[in-house]
Amino acid sequence: MNLLGRLNLDAIWQGPVTAIGQLTVLLSGIAIVGLLFYFKRWKWLWREWLTTVDPKKIGVMYIIVAVAMGLRAFSDALMMRAQQAVASGDNSGFLSSDTYQQVFSAHGSIMIFFMAMGLMFGLFNLIVPLQIRARDVAFPFLNATSFWLFFAGAMLFNTSLLIGGFAATGWLAYPPLSELAYSPGPGVDYWIWGLQIAGIGSLLSGINFFVTILKMRAPGMNLMKMPMFCWSVLGSLVLILFAFPILTATLTMLALDRSLGMHFFTSDFGGNPMMYVNLIWAWGHPEVYILILPAFGIFSEVVATFSRKRLFGYTSMVWAIWAIVVLSFIVWLHHFFTMGAGANVNAFFGIMTMAIAVPTGVKIFNWLFTMYRGRIKFATPMLWFMGFVATFTVGGVAGVIMAIPPADFQLHNSLFLVAHFHTMLIGGVVFGFFAGLIYWFPKIFGFKLNERIGRYAFWCWFFGFLLAFIPLYILGLMGATRRLDGYDASLGWQPLFIVAGVGVLIIGLGIALQALQVIVSIRQRNANLDKTGDPWNGRTLEWATASPSVFYNFARITPVNDRDAWWAEKQVKTPPPKPRYEDIEIPKNTSAALIMAFLAFNFGFGYVWHMYWLSVLCFFGIITCLIIRSLKDEHEYTLPAHDVAKVEAAIRRRYA
Amino acid sequence: MSRKTNLAIFVLVALAVTSLGIYYLTRVNIPILDPSGPVGQKERGLIVLAVLLSLIVVVPVYFMLIFFAWKYREGNKKARYDPHFNHSRVIESVWWGVPLAIIAILAVATYKSSHELDPAKPLASAKRPMTIQVVALQWQWLFIYPKEDIATTNVVRFPEKTPVEFNITSDAPMNSFWLPKLGSQIYAMSGMSTKVNLMADGIGNYNGSSANISGKGFADMTFLASSVSDTDFSEWVGLVKQYHDPLTLSSYKVLAKPAKNQPARYFSSVEDNLYHSVVNKYLRPS
Repeated sequence: MNLLGRLNLDAIWQGPVTAIGQLTVLLSGIAIVGLLFYFKRWKWLWREWLTTVDPKKIGVMYIIVAVAMGLRAFSDALMMRAQQAVASGDNSGFLSSDTYQQVFSAHGSIMIFFMAMGLMFGLFNLIVPLQIRARDVAFPFLNATSFWLFFAGAMLFNTSLLIGGFAATGWLAYPPLSELAYSPGPGVDYWIWGLQIAGIGSLLSGINFFVTILKMRAPGMNLMKMPMFCWSVLGSLVLILFAFPILTATLTMLALDRSLGMHFFTSDFGGNPMMYVNLIWAWGHPEVYILILPAFGIFSEVVATFSRKRLFGYTSMVWAIWAIVVLSFIVWLHHFFTMGAGANVNAFFGIMTMAIAVPTGVKIFNWLFTMYRGRIKFATPMLWFMGFVATFTVGGVAGVIMAIPPADFQLHNSLFLVAHFHTMLIGGVVFGFFAGLIYWFPKIFGFKLNERIGRYAFWCWFFGFLLAFIPLYILGLMGATRRLDGYDASLGWQPLFIVAGVGVLIIGLGIALQALQVIVSIRQRNANLDKTGDPWNGRTLEWATASPSVFYNFARITPVNDRDAWWAEKQVKTPPPKPRYEDIEIPKNTSAALIMAFLAFNFGFGYVWHMYWLSVLCFFGIITCLIIRSLKDEHEYTLPAHDVAKVEAAIRRRYA
Repeated sequence: MSRKTNLAIFVLVALAVTSLGIYYLTRVNIPILDPSGPVGQKERGLIVLAVLLSLIVVVPVYFMLIFFAWKYREGNKKARYDPHFNHSRVIESVWWGVPLAIIAILAVATYKSSHELDPAKPLASAKRPMTIQVVALQWQWLFIYPKEDIATTNVVRFPEKTPVEFNITSDAPMNSFWLPKLGSQIYAMSGMSTKVNLMADGIGNYNGSSANISGKGFADMTFLASSVSDTDFSEWVGLVKQYHDPLTLSSYKVLAKPAKNQPARYFSSVEDNLYHSVVNKYLRPS
């Protein structure tokens, strides 16, 4: 038996362009390890970060991984734009079609699963417990496990760059193209197992935060007093709970097709690829709402805070969220109107799709009326909100157009579609998460970001976005389909592709400015320290803690009386009585989550390369870890009340 | 530079870019907005309708976004500040109601057009429809003309003003058969036969392509469609018949092998029921 399965040295060399990527990954890896040795930070890393179960630290790790993965997927975007800007007529560009197809497959999968989902779970971890005045999430160990599974999935994706190559099948890997008959290599397997491992992490996180929000709110905070961010997170979590099991099952069936010769989705032996397309979108459509709902929640917080006004139409907003949640499960077929379903089926899904525009529109009007008769401060999060409304509205119109099945027959899989969903995902999700990250940055790190550079970054992103995607709308109308690594010169597409390329470069400048913004802000941190814990004059409870908040979040869990709880508490002028502290139970650090994720990574790697002994070994390793962890009794330690008093006194001294 | 000069420069640049863009758009060929057949024309009509109806919502949104942001800016102390104005049943009903009404109108249009423009539905015409069978291969298109008993690859030709029923299958991964100048695309899937009915209003050449990724040679899966006069069409059929290159089962097997960048080919006759045997081959264990 060959212990290495189908792995051999040939898997490493994949052409010069990939080699540059491989070198980048290796050098950054070496640099990180070197720095850790040089500054002797291994112990610190292990104790403070790798084994932590503190959601605030886990949130920061999510965001670091998401930013790193986002940069990788952005470099994929640069390559795509460069290729299409030159590959007109006889010029075949600098990427082979196989490499090009790997690049856009990786771009899409990474942006959704590891950039957007990572930022989203990072913000859940950082903000949700604080907003409901909870000390932790419901299941701290499970939370760490979710993060490390997410990390393992991300690493499996990046391993494909080093060894063996990635899937060349698009971000959703439609069969029969993704079946063994047409894609025998390891790429699709990397895709399956990277997503499978990260997806289980997402599902566990979904359960965790769902329970956290439902069971751990402060006394008095009934559901209709919950901050709008938590409401939209709750909507997103319900979608995760219903949608991610579908993804897990679908990927399992595809994996069985590929490894055990089954025929769920093959062309022959009665397999049905159309079933896969249905299943993957029954997950995939809710997935985009999983991402956009939290972004909506962020905007609700940002607009209210910077307009210094209560959020307009709170009840409408809640109903709108749940209308979106329900509708998002009955629209999946609009991703394949062109598969030949009957007119009634197409019409039903088309009308349901348009109907989503109603609650979404309601939300936009409510935000605008939150600004109405407010006192608007144009801090950078507010700029991102304005940019969001301006772009998202256009994307929404494009969405309504494509919701009409016969119109979609002309626009499906064209660059018009690509421009549409990038408008929703960049203008909606990315702008939203940026607004959230800037808004909550002082809460997470204790100092504000430089506003001036932040404004420059915003304008680069905004205009870069317009330049990059308006040409794509037009190209779609000109008949350009997505995923082309070359096109005929007579079509006249090249000027628009060049403009789009320039647009992406300007977005790149925006990203560089954001990096500069972080560096400059760290250097100037003493000037921008947040000493009050409430730098924006906020309304919700996360601003009631110190910045950064203490590891137990709140010394005392006091009742909540108002929707804008912190705003209401600030209005009470009488000084609070001298606090009486209580003992606090705090979960202990554990390495079990990290070890299980390491085993999960090797499980996936073994499967990809047909080293089944490794997969079996790791599978039982994970089970063993779970059993050992379950048999331990002492998962928490108690922080005595007098220690809490000391910590609180130290914070007061720091800010005095 | 003062704020005003900055703004002026910005407005000028924006105007210049916009007019350049518009100038460019008037000079290029945008098939979906300038279709050459009844299907594409009706589909363009739907796109325009959706845009116009959406404007009822979009224009107020843009107006309020800019006007509220300007009027209620922090520095403008004259504007009314009313931090408790956070709910109004009347106003909120307006923005639940108006979009709902718009969607209701669009829903009717959607239902009607989904039936009218169902790709499988035959088109009305005084002329008798013709059938062309399409097979997506790795990576080229095979067109079989069952009545004329000829076949072509990567070019397809049909008479103008004649409804053409394309029967579409795939002997490859999933593809999508798309002729943007004429309208509606539809997936090409192995083991299945889908249908799209299209018609050209006049004489012309149109670019076609595959709109669904199907492997390494996907970008090369383009074809040229031509609508010609009836006499030109029958003359062309006669010409193809003189090629002495029959498409038999064995030559089909060679043709179906994966190959990129293939030139157009013409087959003077076609094995009986070739299309159906391609569809059926996936129904049996291979």
